[in-house]
Amino acid sequence: MQQIVNFLIKYKNTLLFLFLFLLSVFFTIQSHSYHKSKFISSANFLTGGIYSWVNNIDMYFNLKEYNERLVDENKFLRENLAALSEKELDSVFLDTASYDAPYKFITAKVIANRYSRLDNFLLVNKGENDSVATDFGVITSRGIVGIVDETSNNYSRVISILNTNSAINVKLKKTNHFGTLKWNGKDPNIVQVEEIPRLAPVKKGDTIHTEGRSLIFPKGIPVGVVENYQLKNNQNYYDINVRLFNDMTNIGYVYLIKNNNQEEIKSLESNE
Amino acid sequence: MNKFLVSNITRFVILVLIQVLILNNINFLGFINPYLYVLFILLLPLNLTHYKVIFFSFLMGLTIDLFEDSGGINAAASVLIGFLRPSFLRFSFGISYEHQTVKFHQTPFAQRFTYISLLVVIHHLVLFSLEIFNLSYIILILKKTLFSSIFTILLILIVSGIFQQNKR
Repeated sequence: MQQIVNFLIKYKNTLLFLFLFLLSVFFTIQSHSYHKSKFISSANFLTGGIYSWVNNIDMYFNLKEYNERLVDENKFLRENLAALSEKELDSVFLDTASYDAPYKFITAKVIANRYSRLDNFLLVNKGENDSVATDFGVITSRGIVGIVDETSNNYSRVISILNTNSAINVKLKKTNHFGTLKWNGKDPNIVQVEEIPRLAPVKKGDTIHTEGRSLIFPKGIPVGVVENYQLKNNQNYYDINVRLFNDMTNIGYVYLIKNNNQEEIKSLESNE
Repeated sequence: MNKFLVSNITRFVILVLIQVLILNNINFLGFINPYLYVLFILLLPLNLTHYKVIFFSFLMGLTIDLFEDSGGINAAASVLIGFLRPSFLRFSFGISYEHQTVKFHQTPFAQRFTYISLLVVIHHLVLFSLEIFNLSYIILILKKTLFSSIFTILLILIVSGIFQQNKR
């Protein structure tokens, strides 16, 4: 017993170091697997508070650009509205009293944005108090941003599409060939689409948007355009580089998307 | 002793804020960021007990991780240099460190430079290896380590130079 105590006292520095080092490595390994990095998250009162305080100053520098984006979006929506009222109204009656709209949108502001690492996260200023929960989709008026991963009372952390762990179902706009959106960590404006079969007629400049099967994003949220693609001789799938519509280095305001049918569909699927 | 405590806590808070609010957003050439918070570990009092150095280094790294959402990469890198610090102090400053007579700002530039660059390079190597966590990106790890180290070392020399003049 005495010897054990002596040993502990003699090597207490090394033991403390090993303990803390292994603890950090454990946190690190957790952070490299999707949806497991629960312990160390910036969605808390202290870090969220500091980021949001600084963002209140910082956002003034971008106001002009955010206003222009807003006007662009309004223009797009107004055009759609005008086109809609031109059409004759359909006779199918939708009982809006008893059915929720399938998607609910919550607005939020990005208060911390990172894009220089391989696994990037964003922090937004809405949380559980605004009924934000895990697995909400995050988009801007221009396109897709990421998926909510951790929530606290007033803040949520978002897995950016610029994260090597994220994988999102996307498809070609003109045909229905679908693939998976990934990121190789090189350029924050270019993401990769995998698993689009070689039968698909891919061309430079084709639009890619979300597929709508994933329960997270509605169908048709824009992602980007095909920048270039490669099809090796013995490959069944394209390697496609996609240029994002969003400027991921300057995001600003976002919409969080709640899918009201998510639980119902999930319970159906788990019954199988 | 109380003065040491106050000055170290102040340094801790200021370095964390500078790191997470300013330096993490530099992204020079897309990936080069200085990690000035290492200065806190370098400047901890030289006669501080070893296990306290290890613990404070861990605390510093973990705080940065909390802000950066990076798991435990900064904590791991910091606790490692906290652990190695006495050996490198002995290596860089030699006999005068053994006799506890070293004053950080009064050491010869070459010795101080050795001490700073050794710890910074080791810190960055561990940091980026854990951040990327994939051997197929080894070139990227080395590239990031090299350029960020140069940036960090320069910044640390400048900042410690400014504070050295203030003290006189």
